[in-house]
Amino acid sequence: MILALVTLLPIVGALLLLLVPREEVGLHRGLGFLFALATFVVSLLLVPGLKPAEWNALVDWVWVAPLGIHFKLGVDGISLFLVLLTTFLMPIVMLSAHQAIARKVREFYVALLVLETGMIGAFVAIDLFVFYVFWEVMLIPMYFLIGIWGGDRRLYASIKFVLYTLVGSLAMVVAILYLYVRHHEATGLWTFDYDALQKLVLSSREQLACFLAFALAFCIKVPLFPLHTWLPDAHVEAPTAGSVILAGVLLKFGTYGLLRFAIPMFPQAVVQCGPYITWLALIGIVYGSLVAWAQTDVKKLIAYSSVAHLGFVVLGLMAWNGRGVDGAMVQMLAHGISTGGLFLAIGVLYERRHTRRMEEFGGIAQVMPRFFAVFAIVMLASVGLPGLSGFVGEFLILLGSFDAWRTAKGHELFFGTGSHPKLIAAIAATGVILSAVYLLTMFQKVMLGPNANPKNRHLPDLSARELAVFAPIVVMAFWLGIYPATFLDRIDPAVAHVIGQFHEKATDRPELGPTPRLLGTLSKAAAAAATAKPGGGG
Amino acid sequence: MIDQFPLHWIPLFPLLGAAINLLIGRRLGRTLAALIGCGAVAAAMLLGWEATWQLGHAAPSATFTGALFRGTWIHASDGNYSLHLNAGLMLDRLSAVMVLVITSVGFLIHLYSIAYMEADAHFSRYFGYLNLFTGAMLILVLGDSLPVTFIGWEGVGLCSYLLIGFWFDKEQNASAGRKAFIVNRIGDFGFVLGMLLIFAATSTLQYSDLSSAPALAQLRRPLAIPGASYATFAALLLFIGATGKSAQLPLYVWLPDAMAGPTPVSALIHAATMVTAGVYMVARLHGVIEIDPFASGVIASVGAATALLAATIGVAQKPIKKILAYSTVSQLGFMFIGVGTRAYTAGMFHLVTHALFKAGLFLGAGSIMHALGGLEDVTQMGGLKRKLPITRWTFLIYCLAIAGIFPFSGFFSKDAILASAFGFDFPELAIWPHWLGHAIYAAGVTAALLTAFYMFRAYFLVFGGEFRGPPEVHAHAHESPTAMTIPLVVLAVGAAGAGLLGVPEIFHPEMNHFEEWLSPALFAPTLLHHSAALEWGLMGLATAVALVGISLAWWLYGRGPAPAVATLAARLRPLHRLVENRYYLDEVYDLLIVRPLRAVAYVFWKVIDALLIDLVLVRGLALVVDLFGRMIRYVQNGDAQRYVVGVVLGIAVFAGLGANWVAWRAAPFEVEMHGAEVTVRAHGAPVGAETRPLKYQFDFGDGTIVKLPERAVPIASHHYQGNGTRRITVTAYDPRWGTHSRESRLVEVRTR
Repeated sequence: MILALVTLLPIVGALLLLLVPREEVGLHRGLGFLFALATFVVSLLLVPGLKPAEWNALVDWVWVAPLGIHFKLGVDGISLFLVLLTTFLMPIVMLSAHQAIARKVREFYVALLVLETGMIGAFVAIDLFVFYVFWEVMLIPMYFLIGIWGGDRRLYASIKFVLYTLVGSLAMVVAILYLYVRHHEATGLWTFDYDALQKLVLSSREQLACFLAFALAFCIKVPLFPLHTWLPDAHVEAPTAGSVILAGVLLKFGTYGLLRFAIPMFPQAVVQCGPYITWLALIGIVYGSLVAWAQTDVKKLIAYSSVAHLGFVVLGLMAWNGRGVDGAMVQMLAHGISTGGLFLAIGVLYERRHTRRMEEFGGIAQVMPRFFAVFAIVMLASVGLPGLSGFVGEFLILLGSFDAWRTAKGHELFFGTGSHPKLIAAIAATGVILSAVYLLTMFQKVMLGPNANPKNRHLPDLSARELAVFAPIVVMAFWLGIYPATFLDRIDPAVAHVIGQFHEKATDRPELGPTPRLLGTLSKAAAAAATAKPGGGG
Repeated sequence: MIDQFPLHWIPLFPLLGAAINLLIGRRLGRTLAALIGCGAVAAAMLLGWEATWQLGHAAPSATFTGALFRGTWIHASDGNYSLHLNAGLMLDRLSAVMVLVITSVGFLIHLYSIAYMEADAHFSRYFGYLNLFTGAMLILVLGDSLPVTFIGWEGVGLCSYLLIGFWFDKEQNASAGRKAFIVNRIGDFGFVLGMLLIFAATSTLQYSDLSSAPALAQLRRPLAIPGASYATFAALLLFIGATGKSAQLPLYVWLPDAMAGPTPVSALIHAATMVTAGVYMVARLHGVIEIDPFASGVIASVGAATALLAATIGVAQKPIKKILAYSTVSQLGFMFIGVGTRAYTAGMFHLVTHALFKAGLFLGAGSIMHALGGLEDVTQMGGLKRKLPITRWTFLIYCLAIAGIFPFSGFFSKDAILASAFGFDFPELAIWPHWLGHAIYAAGVTAALLTAFYMFRAYFLVFGGEFRGPPEVHAHAHESPTAMTIPLVVLAVGAAGAGLLGVPEIFHPEMNHFEEWLSPALFAPTLLHHSAALEWGLMGLATAVALVGISLAWWLYGRGPAPAVATLAARLRPLHRLVENRYYLDEVYDLLIVRPLRAVAYVFWKVIDALLIDLVLVRGLALVVDLFGRMIRYVQNGDAQRYVVGVVLGIAVFAGLGANWVAWRAAPFEVEMHGAEVTVRAHGAPVGAETRPLKYQFDFGDGTIVKLPERAVPIASHHYQGNGTRRITVTAYDPRWGTHSRESRLVEVRTR
């Protein structure tokens, strides 16, 4: 019940806001914030007594019985902190938007609350149909956030965002329906239940087709090179609140989806595709960092830095050992905190100067000492300074990918034969240098040096409200860096469980035939998927 | 192992001081801020001495252990390769030496800073950073595993960044700080990879495990190149980290720029403590590094090359802090010669003596600049010996110490290093450059000559002759306040007398206390024993060389720059220019690395991202999609309410599906016939049948109707009378919604 409450409380709040007259702007702000805060408080109740390796706070309501659709929600050690990250960031975002959003205030808070329900729901749904519904639910408010409250090119950016995501989710929904029909064929039961579909034994060609469909949806969301170009546009045009949620939570659906669905459900296909995804992640790290360095718009710079940071997460997932996946999980949280913080910081600057071009700034630290401290901390957290949030994840990911072949059960998986995990980790580690290069360069251009521009001479320092926005972010940045055990204690057993299941499933099954080469089977698999079971699921 | 000592308080005191000064320092006022800043370090210092005292009274190999906080820091389960790290601390005799240097020299510099930074507007922030640095440095040396050391390692790098750019309103200072951080990060790249390699080989990162035989055996396994092992690569990668932090070739370029920071910072961070972290690390991991002689050879060679190169640059510099900066780079090179040639105690000894005299030199330089209103150029100074008597005498002592004149401390430590370099050889190895030891020695002696020369050049230019700068500056020149002169005197006493801690055996058989103290921690280092004659000879040569350097400096600069200086500079013009411009190394890096990378970044952005992906691929696809887009344009018209209606309708449809079709597919059935006996088994709903109170009705087509109650198992049997075709109809009825579904089928009944 708690889980249903956490998931649905925001949307209840959204409905309530719709009843409040449009002019009561203050009431909208207050109520929106209260609902987000209440959701956060309720979501904290999920933590005590959590058993990381199984479904907790299970909700299982029959929704559409004849189709076997259950409103089934559950939380484990993997989704717990992503839910908490969502509920944690949401009140912060709402507080930060007090002054920035003056137009269509009611709609703004309604959109954010609907978005929150969508995000939480997608993290905790363990019925693939419900997952898909929530996945789409969060798309629409985000589209509005960019399209209504965005910058000058908001239309282009929002449509690009929607189209990219839709392409991916269409592929995914086809795969989900295929699994649904396939499960009925095998067992006579119509169900979208995650655990049931996961037990399905698929031929390697089926696995490949379904994996590619799921992976497309998730890799677009991550975003993995070369599917990333929607991200800088979306970030630059989105309002601060949108950017924080986009970077802080939405991108994690890509990596969460890979970890929850794509990898465990189609193990053989992952073994085939892993090296390719690994190399794309690696390119993302180096390429994203370098392109970030070339930017003049601060927001774009942070957007490209997300490409690099999420590249690390995918690398950790592809290492598929405890260290790598634990690291990926921690890095997801750390990125949510630090990049969320960076976008909030840029929002502070934008509210004061209405520009994000670096050359417009300089020497801000002299007039805004409090802001200097906060900005420096989130920047350094993003650089991956030990003691702050960025380090633990990066370190574990590098450690895991450096000897990726030494998984717990000795399987040679993703970078296995023919590739060089040490080399891959070494290339990834250059990201550690490059993140310092582009972030420190940005920080210097904006904050340090002489305060030459007269427009910057009298900027007000952070207000009490803005300090309240940043305080929890700073606390979390230190917490994740100094005492990540709070998180790892719950993540680690869940990850170990998932990896263990994977190995049981991935052990060679002679009846499925040999694992074919990727490119050779691509076309056949596509054909198989196209012709298989016409009218799949209706 | 002893767990009695509260080790965590040693770094926590300065960290707490930093937290207070950074958070509320501005409201505390200067006196309180200074009191907290100095008090925190003083507390750490007293604890450090107490711990060392107790350690000295325990067994020689005793180690205090502790942790920054209880419980685990990072863990990840992975079978045999699980990671389990605590924020563990450890104090053995090696780290004790470092703790004493950091806290004691650190305390003096804190004290000095009170007066030096008196007029600065950001007084409390300064002390906050300085305390933060001290805390991080203490974590670095007390860490009991590589990752904990790495916390401190990057932490001191951060403080260095913050303090170099302390006066960040000048672009140049901010850039210097950034450069320091980034160059250090390049080194840290090596450090991280080194850690990964060690973990891959041994599954541990604890120092105590890494000195054990099984771990070392794992590290001896071959890797990649014939003859190379895990240890070779691990040592070289970690040494890349050391070249970054300790300003060695090719990564030393940040240190001279780092002089942009306040002078006490240069003394503490960029002379006495942080830059020696690399030397400490090599000593700490000597077990790993010793596995392959090649690694040691590389470390010693890089040290020698750096020592020589930096010394030549030091000869031609004008700003006093730049001279000292290159001198520091050069002296760090000496330390690496020491730890590279496996004379770990000698390297550590030079670390200690250097901390004393170089911190003193920087503080002296600060005192001079303080007196001259910030003037830095030594060619503009002169004749200050009467105006600044304390600064002058202490400066002289430091110069004598760094030049290596008996009996000042530098003599002993430098001599030990050079002696070790001279004997550095592996006769049993077939492929080993047996001349290497002598070459390193030669480079070291040349560097020592240059050291004596450039230090006394600076000394004579500052204190000798007549003042050459603006007269009004000279008029205002005055000796510094007591808070600044006390540290100068204390350090001078140390610089003069610290050599007595490590008196070589040929002077007295039992007076090398330093080596005696460290040998348990450094596992009985392979000591070289030259014959007494050779040792006297080496010592004599070193002294002679130092005297030559000093004489040369006296001849050229004793009473201000002699005319010969200009003549020499003119005659050696190309060489002079090369040296003056630091061999154009910064420019070369800029041209070969920074600019190409920037160009690549720009090309990636403009060509790949904007042109290839966005224009060609996405827009190209968009053309195809356009048709599709035209269709959905009617739906997606940006009207929010219409979207909401769409969503609500969609949900309603599904909800309706659930409500109205709830009995759907509940009626299909199977028929089993045995003659006239027929059994009909309805499937029920595919999922959730058990949750719905369905009522079934079976119509056998001959007037027989069987009605089942709610939730009954949907099976019915019937006995037909006579042959023929009958229609069986099954109806499922959901009383909650009043809905039903029906299936029927024809069956042939044949009784025999």
